[in-house]
Amino acid sequence: MSSSIGYYSLVFGLGVSFFIFFFSFKNFYSPLKFDSKIISFVFLQFIFVIISFFGLILSFVNSDFSNETVFNHSHTSKPLFYKISGTWGNHEGSLLLWLLVLTLFIFLFLLRSKDQPKQYRILTVLFQQIIIIGFFVFLLKTSNPFNYIFPVPKEGLGLNPILQDPALAIHPPMLYLGYVGTSVIFSSALAAICSNYISKLWAQHVKEWVLISWIFLTLGILLGSIWAYYELGWGGFWFWDPVENVSLMPWLALTTLLHCILVLEKKPILTSWVVILSISTFALSMCGTFLVRSGILNSVHTFANDPERGLFILIFLFILIFLSFFIFLFFYKKDTQNIKSFFWLSKETSILINNWFMMYFLSVVLIGTTYPIFLEVISSEKISVGPPFYNMLIAPFLIPFLFAMAIGPRLKWIKSDIEGKFYLLLFLIISIVLSLLIVKNLDINFLLNTILLTAALYLFFITLRDFVTKKSQNLSQNLAHFSFSVLILSILLNNIFSYEIITNLKINESYKSEKLKISFESIEQEDKQNFKSIVGKFVIEEFDGDVETMKPELRIYNQPNIVTSEADIKINIFHDKFMTMNYVQNQDYFNIRYQLKPFMIWIWISTIMLSVSGLLSFIQKNHEK
Amino acid sequence: MKSKIFPIILFIIFTIVFIVFYLGLKNSNIYTPEKNVEENIPSFQVKKFASKDIINSNQIFNGDNYYLLNIWASWCVPCKTEHKYLMNLSKEKNIKIIGLNYKDSSKNAKIFLNELNNPYDLILSDQDGIISIEWGAYGVPESFLIHKNNIIKKIIGPINQKKLIEIKGLIK
Repeated sequence: MSSSIGYYSLVFGLGVSFFIFFFSFKNFYSPLKFDSKIISFVFLQFIFVIISFFGLILSFVNSDFSNETVFNHSHTSKPLFYKISGTWGNHEGSLLLWLLVLTLFIFLFLLRSKDQPKQYRILTVLFQQIIIIGFFVFLLKTSNPFNYIFPVPKEGLGLNPILQDPALAIHPPMLYLGYVGTSVIFSSALAAICSNYISKLWAQHVKEWVLISWIFLTLGILLGSIWAYYELGWGGFWFWDPVENVSLMPWLALTTLLHCILVLEKKPILTSWVVILSISTFALSMCGTFLVRSGILNSVHTFANDPERGLFILIFLFILIFLSFFIFLFFYKKDTQNIKSFFWLSKETSILINNWFMMYFLSVVLIGTTYPIFLEVISSEKISVGPPFYNMLIAPFLIPFLFAMAIGPRLKWIKSDIEGKFYLLLFLIISIVLSLLIVKNLDINFLLNTILLTAALYLFFITLRDFVTKKSQNLSQNLAHFSFSVLILSILLNNIFSYEIITNLKINESYKSEKLKISFESIEQEDKQNFKSIVGKFVIEEFDGDVETMKPELRIYNQPNIVTSEADIKINIFHDKFMTMNYVQNQDYFNIRYQLKPFMIWIWISTIMLSVSGLLSFIQKNHEK
Repeated sequence: MKSKIFPIILFIIFTIVFIVFYLGLKNSNIYTPEKNVEENIPSFQVKKFASKDIINSNQIFNGDNYYLLNIWASWCVPCKTEHKYLMNLSKEKNIKIIGLNYKDSSKNAKIFLNELNNPYDLILSDQDGIISIEWGAYGVPESFLIHKNNIIKKIIGPINQKKLIEIKGLIK
């Protein structure tokens, strides 16, 4: 029942697009002011999609296995929370969520753009409608979430247990809010080109969408990363997996766009940057959807592998790219009046330098992610690009990037001089000395690590000083740069000081290393709602007197029959202790993995601070109004 | 002149990217390429699924007939997708399909077959998965085409339309 309501309301939702087009065109050429019918229809479309979405949730909650999506991804024994989150934990449902956010955002856009020019608003709605129609057709044609199966199965196949996790239940919606937010930026940039409205006013208006998308994208990536850390049991937080890269690329583009918008808001320069970045951010989000959903890449997220779906997204993606390409070529007029050469030591140049660095990072990730596909098509050779590639290409360029981040905000627009800035030098010396002390006795690449640490510490001190002296007028910017320095610092220190022990142990056995002793005490079994849990008890004695009991867990899920390993993590502000265990085939031994990861929590905290800084800027902006 | 070359180059680049992605879609990345192996089938003793009688492997694979040994389980999602191709294949006269039910509860397996029909001429049960290991199976589903006690084809992953046509071609 709820399935058929869901299906028909999707069809009606698509129908509403027709009315939106009709009234938009009518209104576009008439001398009257903005027709509020358009808003009503956009709202109606949103309501239809929301009904459809709730229809699917209801089917999941009721375990209605006559619905194919529910059958494939749910099970009666699953807790209610995961039944609901199962709605978007699969290909069909997640696309419905995409569509829901798309329609919601264009509605919000209309509500929040009342003081903008009429033609610009209408064009934005039209471009957004093209995207929305694309997704409607995609859903209905290739991935209908409401397919009916007969005879009705008695039981579903269950949700993949590694997806049954609170962080992962909210990770997709967050990420989608970010991805889809970029669609609004995309449509409004195209509309602004067509109506020749790329200006300071436009920048001020579109800034809030850039901020919103950026905040959600940051949080979405963070949640995914946290999930990977404790659920996949490898003890890392970023694996340069293609799917992670695919979310990082729009983030890099969006971050660059955010900086350009900040410039454009003040002065009419960098307009080409803004326009191209607005288009490419959305293209990269779509590209991400394509790469993940088509099965062209192999990764943790292999969801649905249906070449037909891949083909559809691919064609749709390129239609949008070519469309924006032609609009850019034919309508975009470069405002030649405002092009003045910048003085070399100014805020603009430092932002421009950072832009180029960002573009460099972006292309490294892009090439690393897509190169295997190109190679396979051209020479049918299979390779995979791993962390060494990224570390090698990104780390050295982080150094000047961090320095530019530290110094850039202290420069004035157009022209600055360096008088009274001797503290810049002082902090540099302190940072060098500190990093030398840290790196001195370690067996690692001395030069690179010292300079990297110096650069990160330098940014850290300079932004910290600004908090104390309250000299910085721009709190959100300072907080953002400060959080970024904490992020880089904790990643660096984490890399340098992590160590791990991998060994096989039986009950009552113990393992000794130079630093610590691990004893396997006992094992307990317990039956839970939809899995059997096996908990091992280990005592870890460090020879400097620290004793800790760790209880990693193995879960044997019944539907589908999968074993997952739950890490036990002991967190404090200095380090995480991380332990997982695994079966060794047909033996009494368990494979034990123990890791000490310094400053792990600061990676999460700094990323949260980063989002908070975005939020702060958003609030400031609304406060000024 | 310069301003025209740039868009054209960009256009060409996009088109190439499109073509490469399009071709990339056709190479499925999901399963390791199949192996063609000519080797003797292992001999083993196994319980029948229905009656729980023990049967010897040389009683199953005899003579000039073609056999398809299909490893399956009710909990295995790809097994559902390949099922219709097995049903299709079961209509062929000169091939017998032997199912090896892998690490499954017999109740669930029966429900599975009741729902989707039974393509198998004989079902064997492999509760602990040892027989599948003897066959060198990577996982479920997996199928072996057998003729005169030789494995003439091994299919890793689910059977699809293409594989089905290939099998039909081999047994003609």
